[in-house]
Amino acid sequence: MAKAAVRAGLVAVGLAWVLLAQVVLAADAKTYVLEGSKAAALESCVEPTDVMRRKHMELIKHQRDETVHGGIRSSKHSLAGCVECHIRSDAERVPQPIHHKEEFCGACHAFTAVNLNCFDCHASVPKGPGAERAAHAAFQAVGVDRSVQARPDGEDH
Amino acid sequence: MGKTTEMKDHHEPTDRSADPGLSEATRSDSAPSDSGRRAFMGVAAGVTAAVVAPGVVLHSVTAAPRSEAVTGDVRWGLLIDTAKCVDGCSACVDACDRENGLSLQSKPASASQEHWDDQKAVWIRKVKLQDNQTGRVTNLPLMCQHCEHPPCVDVCPTGASFKRADGIVMVDRHTCIGCRYCMMACPYKARSFIHEVMEEQLTRVPRGKGCVESCNLCVHRRDFGEDSTACVDACREAGHEAIVFGDLKDPESNIRKHLAEMASRQIREDLSLNTGVRYSGI
Ligand code: HEC
Ligand code: HEC
Ligand code: HEC
Repeated sequence: MAKAAVRAGLVAVGLAWVLLAQVVLAADAKTYVLEGSKAAALESCVEPTDVMRRKHMELIKHQRDETVHGGIRSSKHSLAGCVECHIRSDAERVPQPIHHKEEFCGACHAFTAVNLNCFDCHASVPKGPGAERAAHAAFQAVGVDRSVQARPDGEDH
Repeated sequence: MGKTTEMKDHHEPTDRSADPGLSEATRSDSAPSDSGRRAFMGVAAGVTAAVVAPGVVLHSVTAAPRSEAVTGDVRWGLLIDTAKCVDGCSACVDACDRENGLSLQSKPASASQEHWDDQKAVWIRKVKLQDNQTGRVTNLPLMCQHCEHPPCVDVCPTGASFKRADGIVMVDRHTCIGCRYCMMACPYKARSFIHEVMEEQLTRVPRGKGCVESCNLCVHRRDFGEDSTACVDACREAGHEAIVFGDLKDPESNIRKHLAEMASRQIREDLSLNTGVRYSGI
């Protein structure tokens, strides 16, 4: 009897703790957005944050077909856009592949046990002429008609 | 004479009646006013750069990206004048390799050079033909011929091999399973398979092991409103001007004017594929 009560108590405490943790998480607005990325200097993503968290895979996949079959390049949901804005550069200014475990897409996917093969083919850091052009529409969509530099000195890249 | 009828079918000016001035509008602002606009943007960028706070850099964008799906109002094609194609010159191939990230492939340590030359992906091959009776030698670049009736599309089991509405034949790598039926079906040997894991890809040309690919007429350039391809630019810069790019459906286009003037042929015209790439002097 007493044992059962203790167990129930423990379960209750455990539940309360889980709830509390979630509230704290929400209050702290835990984010995967990384310091050293352009996104860190911006207010919002290409859609409201909760939509992005839940629906980004659908948005990107829809975009994929529009771009590959329809040639549409003016959309804010381009994969090149995600990479350009969310990429983090280290102290030596070397951009870090976005799917790596410590980086933006990689960290959350590691936590949620999602496995992607997108970056077997897609550049995991912005690379080559045309990279900025491909991301331009996404930047426009969030009201920055230019790329925001995470680096303090604003040197061109 | 399948050829004449086919040509007529698809190059008939009446094709464009459903297209009220769209192509004209795009075309007329591409040549002269474009450079003007670019110059203006240069000035504007300079001025703005002086006032934006440090920490902010402008994106430079040359042309408006496409915002509506491609339509059949245009059909992109190439005309290659083999008389101007120079033996030993590989300007078009090299430019294509750079533009489309093909130069980023590296030979696996275990493979022999000969094997690698066979296996690595190429979008353009320089081909040399010799007529054994007369000894006449012809050089030409051979790439995807962007057929109207592409055999690669017919055989593809997943629909990955497809023809875009504007006539570009390409592979949707998201649905390609790497079966290579298309490579066997192509009469031009225009397709390549990626045999090795890729690294350091360019943002504009994703590429990975296990898929087939081929010339896509610099599709990124098309979608950003540029008016030529990497091979055409390189051939011009090398002083040969052997390749003309343009809209086969626009009677006013440069390529149509050339086609109207000079005799040209399709390679393997017996197959009635109505290719978008035409050759003269063969
Ligand atoms: C122009 C910059 C920009 C682009 C482009 C962009 N994002 Fe974001 N993204 C942000 C910012 C800023 C935030 C943080 C918003 C906030 O604080 O609520 C964010 C937040 C997110 C979040 C929520 C992160 C979290 O911690 O829960 C996800 C998921 C996300 N982005 C995915 C994407 C994907 C996928 C793409 C491409 C389709 C993309 N983003 C494109 C700027 C961008
Ligand atoms: C086998 C190689 C390959 C793989 C794997 C791959 N892609 Fe792609 N993807 C391509 C190619 C090639 C293009 C066409 C590029 C172009 O024309 O811009 C493309 C284009 C796209 C585009 C439109 C361009 C852009 O930047 O917005 C999106 C979106 C996209 N892919 C999403 C994805 C997603 C999501 C995944 C993973 C689920 C993925 N791709 C996996 C090869 C690949
Ligand atoms: C806040 C966490 C989070 C972040 C950040 C995040 N993702 Fe995701 N992503 C998920 C979850 C969770 C799923 C799985 C959803 C499901 O299976 O229904 C997922 C699924 C996907 C899928 C579909 C995978 C498939 O095989 O169908 C793609 C594509 C994708 N994410 C791309 C990205 C890209 C690109 C980024 C970085 C720009 C990113 N995600 C950042 C949580 C995240």
